[in-house]
Amino acid sequence: MQMTGAKILIECLLEQGVDTIFGYPGGTIINVYDELYQYKDKIHHVLTAHEQGASHAADGYARSTGKVGVCFATSGPGATNLTTGIATAFLDSSPVVFITCNVPENLIGKDSFQEVDITGISMPITKCNFQVNSAAKMADTVRSAFAIARSGRPGPVLIDILKNATLGKAEYENLSREEHFTHGSLAALIHRASHDFKAPEPDMDDLNKLAEMVKTAQKPLLICGGGVVLARAQQEFEAFAAKLDAPAAFTVMGCGGISGRHPLTTGLIGMHGSQASNMAAANCDLLIAVGCRFSDRVALDPRSFAKQAKIVQIDIDRAEINKNVPTAHHIIGDARRVLELMNEKIDQSHHEEWKKFVFHYPIETKYEVTGETLNPKQICDTIARIIPHDSIVATDVGQHQMWCIQNFKFDYPGQLLTSGGFGTMGFGLGAAIGAKVAHPEKTVIHVTGDGSFRMNCNELATEQFYKLPIITVVFNNTALGMVRQWQHLTLNEHYSETTLIGRAPDFVKLAEAYGLSGAHVSTVEQLEAALKEALACGHGYIIDCAINIDEMVRPMVQGGRPIDDFLVY
Amino acid sequence: MEEIKIHTLAVLVDNYSGVLSQVTRLFSRKGFNIESLAVGTTDSPDTSRITIEIKTDDSHAKLLCNQLRKLFPVHSVKHLVEDNEIRRELVLIKVKAETSEVRNEIFQMTNIFRASIIDVSLGSLTIAVIGNEKKNNAMQNLLADFGILELVRTGMVALERGTQTINEETKEKGEFDYGKNVL
Repeated sequence: MQMTGAKILIECLLEQGVDTIFGYPGGTIINVYDELYQYKDKIHHVLTAHEQGASHAADGYARSTGKVGVCFATSGPGATNLTTGIATAFLDSSPVVFITCNVPENLIGKDSFQEVDITGISMPITKCNFQVNSAAKMADTVRSAFAIARSGRPGPVLIDILKNATLGKAEYENLSREEHFTHGSLAALIHRASHDFKAPEPDMDDLNKLAEMVKTAQKPLLICGGGVVLARAQQEFEAFAAKLDAPAAFTVMGCGGISGRHPLTTGLIGMHGSQASNMAAANCDLLIAVGCRFSDRVALDPRSFAKQAKIVQIDIDRAEINKNVPTAHHIIGDARRVLELMNEKIDQSHHEEWKKFVFHYPIETKYEVTGETLNPKQICDTIARIIPHDSIVATDVGQHQMWCIQNFKFDYPGQLLTSGGFGTMGFGLGAAIGAKVAHPEKTVIHVTGDGSFRMNCNELATEQFYKLPIITVVFNNTALGMVRQWQHLTLNEHYSETTLIGRAPDFVKLAEAYGLSGAHVSTVEQLEAALKEALACGHGYIIDCAINIDEMVRPMVQGGRPIDDFLVY
Repeated sequence: MEEIKIHTLAVLVDNYSGVLSQVTRLFSRKGFNIESLAVGTTDSPDTSRITIEIKTDDSHAKLLCNQLRKLFPVHSVKHLVEDNEIRRELVLIKVKAETSEVRNEIFQMTNIFRASIIDVSLGSLTIAVIGNEKKNNAMQNLLADFGILELVRTGMVALERGTQTINEETKEKGEFDYGKNVL
């Protein structure tokens, strides 16, 4: 059937099962929005306050559902406003398809109004990107983009559509997702990359070798990385840890890959890792990392990292092997499949001594109770006590993010939405919106700091309009706490541009301005009352928690230092 | 410290616009300068072969290969090994040659180097020479005395010796394809 490129685009989104889009219209994408108008009953479009908010919302939607998120923006500034969101998704391997439009072909390259080379700009921060210059290429490109975004190691894909391609007409035939692989460029790609339609399997010899290594290990340690969360392999990972009887640490991205309540978990590893995790890494003789790239926040000093251990890396992305830390063995495959097969191969081990050694180090950090302000642990514990256990938590970046990860017990993959790799301040509110749209039945809590919240608090407008009762908890220490902490510990307390005392806005008044409500709290009782009110009120709610300006994230190991060389405990 | 030397990477890619910039961009992003670059289609018009030379150590060259293999338009990457590769480059050199003695002398040199004279004018000769950098540099140095007016190189191209090709299905290639899995 002949139809316009814009209509083909929407039809292709429906083929992919897309029912939610986050975006912002504009001049070049106007035809797509015109078409969207006809599909109101099938596709729910969430209009954000800013394209960056839309990009984080699509990302949060993808992370919390495991589906591909979709984000629309227009050319020029619309497209460049996405870039932080694209990079955030890229560094955390989140499957999002970003669709931008560009000026028509006859205006390309003429520095036309709102023209920008977004495929050039986004090249290093996307898994793959495409430019569509005619309606005839629309269906094939959209199908490829979705397949690429969610396959292998997931990641963002950008499609830049020239305006003439949205108006031009082409033949379109509705195809099911299975049929996509036998048509167009996907057919060629799949022939090359997917072993001619056979779902690839991990190499048996590699699995056997690991089974042998496991047998002889006396002090094994597991690291649960983002790959476990992306593969939704919690069950398999926990079974593997139990069979191995090995302590298991998690990375920021691996939160929820093993339940925070699991008896074998040692908590976070790395710069702000628990003493148990970091001491285990320094003393283990076999370290098995699943879906973890040993970033500089985990393997702070790659040369000394787990130097007594044979390191085994299980990853879907071959390029991660030996990238940051040299390994003794690797297995390429989907975390869930590899662990499933491993669990069949290995016998139950027992490592009582080793566990005793690891778990005599603390997993949790103690914080002083002063009474004047709240301490981070009090805030986290109170939240955890009041809100439902399955609530989704979205964070921004900084001290509050680490406190959240250290103190909340995440029970399932996709429960924590945080920018681990790119460290994007301002990610949280957008992500919370995406998660709440995807899971209206769940409580969504947005944990932020006073610095991060100022960055993208404009999305409160989106929260208000779409009646998304998100609870925002601000850890308000009147400072850019994480940077201040570094200045305190390593730069002679030169608090250069990190003090925010006396800065507007009053977050409760801000909430009111957006038609929401809020409360300032400085005691556990006030926080409890505010949380209960927030849960009951049915709309967005901001809780501004006063904490001490000098509060630090502890423990801390400085970047580049051995993992057991704690700067503060 | 590993030895820093020239590494030749052969990259087989889809032939459409933007692929070359994707590939070369990766080198600048990872902090490498491209010493030599040659691109052209292969026996299939849908695929191009890019030959890139970089100065680095062995482990960095390997990491670069891994990053290249991740790109979707990249089919395969071969890190060619020094004693098992044939490398050739075409150099065109325009030399000042205003007298018949000079022209004769240059003519003899080109014969010795098995190079060819491809353009003659009353004031100049243009010479085409094919070889690895040793031979080409030697030719260039000899001609420098006469006065080089202009010089252009195609960039090094290289193939592996023997029956092995870039398309070989190795375990490592399978591992990279797993990561691209689009099922």
